[in-house]
Amino acid sequence: MPKERLVALLAVSAITAGIVGITANDSQSLEGFISFLTVFITTVAIFAVFALGLNVQWGYTGIFNFGIVGFFMVGAYTSALVTKSPSSGEFVRYVGGLDLAEGLGPLNLEGLTGFVLGALAAAAVSGIVAFLVAIPALRLREDYLAIATIGIAEVFRRIAIEEEGLVNGTRGLTGIPRPLHDLVSPPDYKYIYLAIAVVVLVVIFVAIERAARSPWGRVLKAIREDELATAASGKNIWAFRMQAFVLGAMIMGIGGAVYSANQGSIVPDTFSHFFGTFIIWAMLMVGGSGSNRGAILGAYVVWGFWTLTGLIQPHLPEALEARTSYIRDLLIGLLIVVVLLLRPNGLMGEERRVSLFVEQEDKRQAPRMGTPATGSAKE
Amino acid sequence: MVRSLTRTAALIGRARREYAVQVEKAGTVGLWLLIGLLLVYGIVDARQYLVTGIIVGSVIALGALGITLIFGILKFAHFAHGDMMMFGAYVALGALVGGGSIGPLSFGWGMFFAMFVALVALAAGSVAIDRVVYRPLRQRGSSAVVLAIASLGVAIVLRAIMLLWWGPDQQLYVSGIHPAREFPFDIKLKPDQVFIIATSFLLMALVYLLLFRTRMGKAMRAMSDNADLARVTGIDTEQVVLWTWIIGGGLAAVAGVLLGIQSNLKPELGFTLVLPLFAGAILGGLGSPQGALVGAMIVGISQEVFVGIDLPFPPFGVPGYKPAVAFGILILILLVRPRGLFGKT
Repeated sequence: MPKERLVALLAVSAITAGIVGITANDSQSLEGFISFLTVFITTVAIFAVFALGLNVQWGYTGIFNFGIVGFFMVGAYTSALVTKSPSSGEFVRYVGGLDLAEGLGPLNLEGLTGFVLGALAAAAVSGIVAFLVAIPALRLREDYLAIATIGIAEVFRRIAIEEEGLVNGTRGLTGIPRPLHDLVSPPDYKYIYLAIAVVVLVVIFVAIERAARSPWGRVLKAIREDELATAASGKNIWAFRMQAFVLGAMIMGIGGAVYSANQGSIVPDTFSHFFGTFIIWAMLMVGGSGSNRGAILGAYVVWGFWTLTGLIQPHLPEALEARTSYIRDLLIGLLIVVVLLLRPNGLMGEERRVSLFVEQEDKRQAPRMGTPATGSAKE
Repeated sequence: MVRSLTRTAALIGRARREYAVQVEKAGTVGLWLLIGLLLVYGIVDARQYLVTGIIVGSVIALGALGITLIFGILKFAHFAHGDMMMFGAYVALGALVGGGSIGPLSFGWGMFFAMFVALVALAAGSVAIDRVVYRPLRQRGSSAVVLAIASLGVAIVLRAIMLLWWGPDQQLYVSGIHPAREFPFDIKLKPDQVFIIATSFLLMALVYLLLFRTRMGKAMRAMSDNADLARVTGIDTEQVVLWTWIIGGGLAAVAGVLLGIQSNLKPELGFTLVLPLFAGAILGGLGSPQGALVGAMIVGISQEVFVGIDLPFPPFGVPGYKPAVAFGILILILLVRPRGLFGKT
């Protein structure tokens, strides 16, 4: 265990030192330095939300979703359509436009209400989509769901491009309302958004941590480990898997909402397999599937690695500089394979304790028991 | 009381199973009717689209055959197959040096040589990837799901190598205009397209002969049926796995080259092929070689003919919705008959 902690610590400190060092060297002022780090941490927080969603599906339940980008996209578009004002003019056509960001009068709270409602709508629509996809695919082999999710991601991208009047086609949506935008001057807004993204991440993290240690969470892990035995003890496997899949997709939808409000504009090409699916898988595998801390750590390490290689790029010789982005792709793919081969548990590994009740009992009894673990070894 | 309850439960269980069987039967009949309808419509009203569909279908079939073999023998979904096809196409592009043109084709002996190079390279490459990635996982007893995720990693790596080596832009084997020729029944076909169909069917016939006329083919089918039983009867399973990758990789390479002849090459296209490939393989029944051919043909033909049907609502008439057609077929088959048209229960 200490060795694993050491590797995790080394990875994090290497990434952090690299990013801080190079940014400090490159940026002209202290402001530029802090602003770069702010944007970096915000992006990590958003990616961590997706990784947490994937952890509920893959890490806890063993459902595999290769179309994360589909739910990401649904969430991003839903929240944008709900918060934006109705479309105007011949060249900007989209449905919805409920204007929740501005149109609520005194309930606006500087757009915060609209943002929360947008995120909830994103979660709801994403969950419904997940439910519908899972009906034919979830009761079959795991692979079928993976293929179906790839399909749904592909089809959504096509629909967004082809149906001109739905989400404004390839021109995409711009001017997506940003919560608390009027409080500060535009250059300072990123600090506000960092806080928003971190709050969303923490809320989701705490919620999943509690759910994972509840009886419900234990059933999910039991299904992952031995489906037959779990079914034999009277659990409805299909229902539990469905709940986990839908919950994970809802979290991904919220991630999409946080993403679109941060960007302010989205086009169908934003939602590529690489940034929407592949890199998130790499994050969870590196961090350790089955561990929520691991998912967040993985998001930090992988996105940190990505940013670091981007920062090194201008310092490289020209022939290498042009190809750096593909070398990064290559390394992300290799990372998944190498982690699977050499460290299947990732940096963190799965936590052993699974129940809030047992943890409390442990704490209560620990002072009286002394060192209980060593006693049994002698028998 | 208890006894009568148990009896009722047993009766309900049996009724439910019988109901499921009836539903599947009805669904299967419906499915074949739909396929028949599609073909009849294609022949009567959309012959050109039907023929294009057969060309696309024969490319998909080679890939789907590989997927179905790998799934049958190694029991995991190989998500790197689309990228392997595209990789094969690029290897051939690299090996393509002149060669003029033969008869009416747009390419010459150079292309045959390039295709052969791609076939050998991909067959060897697949075996190497298996040795480095899949075999260690297999020996560790990893689940099919872990192998599938590993194949996603392999897909990303292959895609990145293509981007590194050949760049992100679209490329062609031979530029220039190659006029189509008139055939009976108002069909227009380029000589290249005839070549695509012929090559694909020739290769599939060869694989079929290998599977059903040779010792290795017999061993492969045995391992696909029951891997443990095959091992017990003394079949060298690692040898079977080796040949599965050689065949799967080789077919993927040729499929990629044919795809490049029909349209163009782009690294990003690789992963998008996964959907039609699996739709075809699952429609035919994963693990069934004949099924892969039939399923891929139906997917290819539907994709094209749906574009030709003139209805005012999606997915009809919009080329961009071809993936949606493949997805629709996938969902339909999963709902109605998940074991596929030719799959075993």
